[in-house]
Amino acid sequence: MESLTLTDGEQKYYSDLFVYCDTDNTKKVASNGRVLDLFRAAQLPSEVVLQITELCGATRLGHFGRSQFYIALKLIAVAQSGLPLRVESLNSVKDLPLPRFVVAKNEQEARHTAMYPDSENQGSYQGVIPRPPGRGQVKKLSAHEVIQPCVPTVEPQPDTTSPVVSPHQSPPTSPHWRKHKRQASGGNIERQPVVVAGAVWTPFREAQAGPVVSGDGMWSANSPPPVQESWVSLKDAHPPSSSTLPAIHCSPVQENSSIRTVASATTTNETQRHSSGGYDDPWKITDEQRQYYINQFKTIQPDLNGFIPGSAAKEFFTKSKLPILELSHIWELSDFDKDGALTLDEFCAAFHLVVARKNSYDLPEKLPESLMPKLIDLDDSAEVPDQAPDVGYSGSPVEVTPNKSPSMPSLNQTWPDLNQGNEQWETFSERSSSSQTLTQFDSNIAPADPDTAIVHPVPIRMTPSKIHMQEMELKRTGSDHTHPTSPLMANPPDLSEETKLATSMKFVTVNSGDGYSSSDSYTSDQDPITSVVTRQRSHSGTSPEGLKVVAAPPPPPPRPHASHSRSSSLDMNRSFAAVPTGPQLAGVVAYPPAVPPRPLPTQTSGPHSGHRSDEGLAAHSSTSPQQIPEQPNFADFSQFQAFAASDQPSDDGEKHPESLPVEKSSEGAGPLRTVKSDNQEERAAATVNSAKGSIMAPPPKPVRRRLKSEDELQEEALPLKSNVIATVLAAQPSIPRSVGKDKKAIQASIRRNKETNTVLARLNSELQQQLKDLLEERISLEVQLEQLRPFSHL
Amino acid sequence: MAVCIAVIAKENYPLYIRSVPVQNELKFHYTVHTTLDVVEEKISAVGKAMADQRELYLGLLYPTEDYKVYPSHMIKNMAVTNSKVKFVIVVDSSNTSLRDNEIRSMFRKLHNSFTDVMCNPFYNPGDTIQSKAFDSMVSAMMVQAS
Repeated sequence: MESLTLTDGEQKYYSDLFVYCDTDNTKKVASNGRVLDLFRAAQLPSEVVLQITELCGATRLGHFGRSQFYIALKLIAVAQSGLPLRVESLNSVKDLPLPRFVVAKNEQEARHTAMYPDSENQGSYQGVIPRPPGRGQVKKLSAHEVIQPCVPTVEPQPDTTSPVVSPHQSPPTSPHWRKHKRQASGGNIERQPVVVAGAVWTPFREAQAGPVVSGDGMWSANSPPPVQESWVSLKDAHPPSSSTLPAIHCSPVQENSSIRTVASATTTNETQRHSSGGYDDPWKITDEQRQYYINQFKTIQPDLNGFIPGSAAKEFFTKSKLPILELSHIWELSDFDKDGALTLDEFCAAFHLVVARKNSYDLPEKLPESLMPKLIDLDDSAEVPDQAPDVGYSGSPVEVTPNKSPSMPSLNQTWPDLNQGNEQWETFSERSSSSQTLTQFDSNIAPADPDTAIVHPVPIRMTPSKIHMQEMELKRTGSDHTHPTSPLMANPPDLSEETKLATSMKFVTVNSGDGYSSSDSYTSDQDPITSVVTRQRSHSGTSPEGLKVVAAPPPPPPRPHASHSRSSSLDMNRSFAAVPTGPQLAGVVAYPPAVPPRPLPTQTSGPHSGHRSDEGLAAHSSTSPQQIPEQPNFADFSQFQAFAASDQPSDDGEKHPESLPVEKSSEGAGPLRTVKSDNQEERAAATVNSAKGSIMAPPPKPVRRRLKSEDELQEEALPLKSNVIATVLAAQPSIPRSVGKDKKAIQASIRRNKETNTVLARLNSELQQQLKDLLEERISLEVQLEQLRPFSHL
Repeated sequence: MAVCIAVIAKENYPLYIRSVPVQNELKFHYTVHTTLDVVEEKISAVGKAMADQRELYLGLLYPTEDYKVYPSHMIKNMAVTNSKVKFVIVVDSSNTSLRDNEIRSMFRKLHNSFTDVMCNPFYNPGDTIQSKAFDSMVSAMMVQAS
């Protein structure tokens, strides 16, 4: 026998095989048992085997020593490659492919496991085998691939066995193997489960070709478990592998996809399916499994794009005999969009989990990525477990068409439309709506509660009577509200309500005042306010007086009144009238109608406007918002005198001095307005407007004012603005003067305007601050009130 | 810092109750129980004033010497049933910084989680809530609130 030179790979391979065959550890194998099986696995005609045996000298020796064994293996390789068997060929043939043996996959796994004695060899085979064929990427193995070199099902032992002997060898598998091998132990580990499954299979399918399952195939093999128990045994092996599976997610995934549980034996009934915990990874769903799930889905819901209602799903899964608690947990995991119904994806995931559970796999805390429905853009990525996200493989082969996504409501916690007919659903929908309306509630309620200072923007354009009624109602219902409305919430609406207020303000009457009289803060100043209001309406000549009057009372409007905001200007008035406690938010309070007057003073001041406005501004800025009344006073007074004579068309009354807003840069004070003394503004506005009108205010301004009255209302807030406007307005009239003068005047006016702007901005910020303080105060007051309220109830 | 969160069923038995401090749990339970009376009263007080919507958030019930109790009575004015499930949160009075909005948001979260539980067909109304998701949400709330 010539000496045998083996390549490293061959060496390793052969040694593995030898060890494998060397069951007795005697360093020589008898020509029986494994050796024979091995040779048989080589799928060579028996005479060839005999010849080989003879050639290698085993016949002489009666057993296979290591060298003989190696020679035999080499000869097998030679034979397999079609070369004539000759001793000489042992060393002459270069690049001889390794002998291929049909072995069960198990071996692969076994490779690194302790099962070395048994299956490791196989594993080694695996490692070696892939080499020759050259790595292929066989991602998609044909259904029948995998032939894993595996020692003939010799060892059905513990898990390794299962040599799912596939009748044919498919080279493509090698690459897989190789790939797996590359995965290093990881891959093998994966195999393991497969092997395990294979092992299970083996007992049942030994003779049969069985599902050709390559290592990967095992996965699929799992699906059609021949017998339920096999699965149980499988599971033993699975756990160890499962842990590693995630790591090797990739490879198995590839393989899985390629694996087809050809076996076909999908005749299994449901229970078997259940038991077939094919977890690749361990949560991957094989194609066959998926197909099964889909079939099951169809039995419940023929439309693959439809939903399975919760009740039907419940019955279905109850059949699996898992405890309700676990089923409940499974449902939580799988009902991704929380709609109480299962789409195909969700159903598959749930089914998969049930199967897993049946195999004693612990349920994950979060839905494994492979089970997540891929159709939707999941926002709940949080659910993705830390499994090796095989994004590439996109977890479960989502076979369902993307059509599903539309059918699935957004996965966010937003409540999907739950009108599923189940009353619970209705609850949900209601709940969703109610939750959304929570805030709305607040806003609605706040106004109702006169005590709450929140001004609720009651978007109502009401007639005077309506306003009145509304106020009354609010007052009435308000008392019933116990919860502390959040002032904050109410405020924003206030802004929107400004306009309404503006309109409503017109109608402010004493009546509304009555409505609010109950509120603490409003009591005192009703009259002045109402009077002011009326005055405002009238505009014209009264404006000055109005302003004056307004100036006097405008106690910081009860700022955070809900009532204030809304509905009626009355509130505003009231707030004005009611001595606003605490800092007055610079009377910025909604004052819708107030705007018009503003221009008046401004205009009348005309040439003086510059001064006046400056003064006014200065005054304003100096007057902390707390003295709201004062501010308007400044404006008013200063303007008053200027305007005393000028009457502004009252029509401007309602309008805010649109011009004002134009000039004002700090409209932000709008919200303040609502809270603050609107009246003041109104008055100021009125005066301004009137003044403006009288002084040939630039035509567009008045017009603008009219048009924008509503808008202005909201923005009006500071009496300061009136000053500014006044200033601006004042400046304007000068423009038409002679050209030369114009330039100067323009520049001067520009300068003035800028100054005014800055001053107003400053004032605005101050007012904002005041507003915040007031709001906080109100909140605290409300809280106190709430605390007291229950007692009053009781 | 909610020290105790409870979900009370319509029949006034707890579906879920969890307290942070392990001690004095019974005290919390009693507190929650007494709040039910107040809740009932409030509900009746509101009466039929509101035709379309009821107030979901009842707000602060009363500050006990140690704690304030916030109940939120969820009345779902559905066409079919009123679920009448109540959520109660007990917070430590020492934490006054808890704004009203925060409490509301806590209730909202509770509500959301509760409806998730309800969605589960395996959950029978009237059973105690054993959902892990619900538990985790509540735990988060109890820890975070402090």
